Amino acid sequence: MSVTSGSLLRIEGLRVEFDTPQGRVVGVRDASLSIRPGEIVGLVGETGSGKTMVCRSAMRLVPSPGRIAAGSIEFDGRDVLAMSQRRLREFRAHDIGMIFQDPFSSLNPVFRVGQQVSETLRVNLGLGKSEAHARALELLSDVGIRDAERRALSYPHEFSGGMRQRVMIALATASQPRLLLADEPTTALDVTTQAQILALLTRLSRERELAVLLVSHDFGVIAQVCNRVAVMYGGHIVEAGPIDAIYTNAQHPYTRGLLESIPRLESAGKRTRLPMITGDPPDPTDAVAGCVFKLRCRYRQPGCDEISMALEPVSPGHETACPVRPFAAADMPVTGAGARA
Amino acid sequence: MLSYLIRRIALAVVVLFGLLVATFFIIHLVPGDPVRIVLAGRATPQTVARVRHQLGLDRPLLGQFWLYVKNTLQGHFGTSFTLDAPVSELLKQRAGASAALIGYGMLVSLVIGVPLAIAAALRPNRVLDNEIRVGTTLTFAMPSFWLGLMLALIFGLKLAWFPVAGYSGGFVGILRTLTLPAFALGLALTAVVVRTLRSSLLEVMRSEYIEAARSRGLREVRIVGKHALRTSIMGTLTILSVNLGFLIGGTVVLEQVFQIPGLGTLLLEAVEKRDYQIVQALALLAGAAVVFASLAADVLQAVLDPRVRLAGR
Amino acid sequence: MTTIDVLDQPPAPATEIAAPRGRSGLRGLSLQTKVGGGILVAFVVAAVFAPLIAPYGSNELDFVHIYAAPSWSHLFGTDGAGRDVFSRTLYALRLDLGIVLLVTYPPLVLGVFLGALAGYFGGIVDAVIARIVDVMIAFPFMILVIAVIAIVGPGVKGVLIGVPIVAWALYARLARSQMLVLREQSFMLATVALGYSRKRAILRHAVPNLMRSSLIYSTLDMIANLLLLSGLAYLGLGAQPPTAELGSIIADGQSALLNAWWVTTLPGLVVVLFGLGAGLVGDGLSDGRLGGGVP
Repeated sequence: MSVTSGSLLRIEGLRVEFDTPQGRVVGVRDASLSIRPGEIVGLVGETGSGKTMVCRSAMRLVPSPGRIAAGSIEFDGRDVLAMSQRRLREFRAHDIGMIFQDPFSSLNPVFRVGQQVSETLRVNLGLGKSEAHARALELLSDVGIRDAERRALSYPHEFSGGMRQRVMIALATASQPRLLLADEPTTALDVTTQAQILALLTRLSRERELAVLLVSHDFGVIAQVCNRVAVMYGGHIVEAGPIDAIYTNAQHPYTRGLLESIPRLESAGKRTRLPMITGDPPDPTDAVAGCVFKLRCRYRQPGCDEISMALEPVSPGHETACPVRPFAAADMPVTGAGARA
Repeated sequence: MLSYLIRRIALAVVVLFGLLVATFFIIHLVPGDPVRIVLAGRATPQTVARVRHQLGLDRPLLGQFWLYVKNTLQGHFGTSFTLDAPVSELLKQRAGASAALIGYGMLVSLVIGVPLAIAAALRPNRVLDNEIRVGTTLTFAMPSFWLGLMLALIFGLKLAWFPVAGYSGGFVGILRTLTLPAFALGLALTAVVVRTLRSSLLEVMRSEYIEAARSRGLREVRIVGKHALRTSIMGTLTILSVNLGFLIGGTVVLEQVFQIPGLGTLLLEAVEKRDYQIVQALALLAGAAVVFASLAADVLQAVLDPRVRLAGR
Repeated sequence: MTTIDVLDQPPAPATEIAAPRGRSGLRGLSLQTKVGGGILVAFVVAAVFAPLIAPYGSNELDFVHIYAAPSWSHLFGTDGAGRDVFSRTLYALRLDLGIVLLVTYPPLVLGVFLGALAGYFGGIVDAVIARIVDVMIAFPFMILVIAVIAIVGPGVKGVLIGVPIVAWALYARLARSQMLVLREQSFMLATVALGYSRKRAILRHAVPNLMRSSLIYSTLDMIANLLLLSGLAYLGLGAQPPTAELGSIIADGQSALLNAWWVTTLPGLVVVLFGLGAGLVGDGLSDGRLGGGVP
């Protein structure tokens, strides 16, 4: 994404590497992203695309043996990568929050739910015991947990996955952060619960001016709530822009492939084959010359071996890393109704 | 697998080194002059000086340690002044009885424990299983020396089937003199064997390949006996090696109860006479035995269990 | 916009059905745990109130009634010096249980803490702690304690020093391996994301999860320690006569085993009963749930 000023979070040229016994693995090769206050930005890609690492990097939560090898991360003008441990902790406590994918291990099993929310209020916001308890109950009902007073006394194992995610959201937003990092928060939930959680996130974002970075492999999830989206492949951002533009006028072959592979309701009953992107994602230990998607791309040209994966504008706010632009000419709409283009 | 083996062996070496350091300090932590203590009353100024030099106590600490390591690796454990013989000789003399007792005890625990574990696992949580569980809790709680005394009382004194003191070698001799102590030793260990094997069997039996065997119509006994057991047998061997320490401790006590001239009674004599050379040597020997046993169990498991082998750990 | 209109709906209330609550508190404990717990409580009471319950002193000599069989006036009979075995057993229990508690629980606390540190931080902290633990565990307990007693001299002092030196290592190993698993759980990651200090993450969040299995293990450990103590006393390495210790009472009776079986048998049964109680509690706790806990 073109990095704009006035943004809450600015990531530029991020590179995340892992040193494993099998060699150096590059999880994120070069990613730039920005998020404005109150905006919901989606980060979509398949497993291994690097999207989780980008998300984690925003609060320097990259697990070792990984490390941020290059790039800059700025939050509200402050340099996140340069922060001392103490500053970093304060930053995580007050300015930024994160929710995780697995609802089953996301809460400490030996403490009651209410206790865990109160704890963060007491430790991070300095509230007194009864104040924290009252506020915790408010937060819990705010995320949609009815009968909060009674439920707060329950242990996590007595909650369903969806409810646990709600508690997780309450915890992460308790100290009113300005940005919430959501790493595949609905992947482990059923579709109905998923919709509820996404609705909750959208409402919180609107009510509290909370920016959200929503990471998912599911374009459908992204499409439901995001204002803007960035598509990742092989450690690079290959396309970014407003959700409408991407959805209706994606310019990168990979994005098109993703969109086309979402089954449409209209294709039910018709004997058509779902288009899919053949091949496998690139091995993160190999360095690929030129375009990282070239081996799976239908529109590959000889020149694709030398391109730089830099993002070029398509229209205001919409960029793509594909110089070939096979769809630009006839303004081809995204089909996906099962027909091969 | 090779890298796993190498790392495992390296670990064992590190631990052995730690043992050497720990046992080295036994003599040095004793309050008083170690030389006089070692000489045990036969200390004249000349002998004190001579022995001090012999033991290397006139050298700096690091030099002493190096001497200690060298001697140990060559099997020289010094000379016992209380029993007037080289320590290594004493160890050799007495080792047979103790080894026989430990081996016999392990055998007892397996022969009794394995069938009980299988029986318990076949019908979990039913009457037999619960009885076995309570039974093993009971035997686990019995002090081995007390159990030995009870066995001696009933089978030795009242029924006179076995002698209650002494040791003779040879197959018949061992059966005669070591049966009672071996049972005392083995029954407590049986509890651990039954528990661990039972839960390991239950876990394996819940897995899918067992379900598949069942669906092919194999009889339950065959399923448990053949398939599940093979996987669990490694776990049992690990238990035994881990519990070698417990067995060694039990041997010390039981040798005393039954007056068996083994390494255990040697240790106790040495403690009484303050013969630190022997104490040191036996402590090192016991620790090393446990290290080798667990190393052997791990290596054996790596060789036999393809999951460990292929994973390369 | 082709997005689904979930955005304009009010948030659905959390109506998902939660998992049924188990009975919490004392009612939730299994029969096993209750029986075992009852036995242990009885022991504690007997030990604490020994001076009040014991009909005789622990060293009341009575050479008229040597080796008297059990009767109403002497529940466990008398030993070779006419001392009432039941009273001696009570006093011995008092001493031994006290020592057992001292050598089981402080090492548990230290061990869990060190194991948690090793598992949480990894790296050099882990390497050092884990190696020390390995060396400690390699030593057969009994031998090590005997070696310590050889240095320090027999008596309660030797046991109080020797046993904790190794005991913490078992808990450290257990806690460490559990911490390695626990570390990967989302809620531990969440403590970092929420900006909690590492101290808080380890002490307030990790350790309570680790404690559960260590406490269950401690029931077995208590039995093992009591057995160790009585074994040492039997060998004459524990508290010196005339102080009553369970092992030494049994040792005293060995010479008259055939004729005065009660001196050896009955105190031993007391130990077994204690072990049964502790074992039942341990079993019961590991089977049932006790207010949540690591699955």
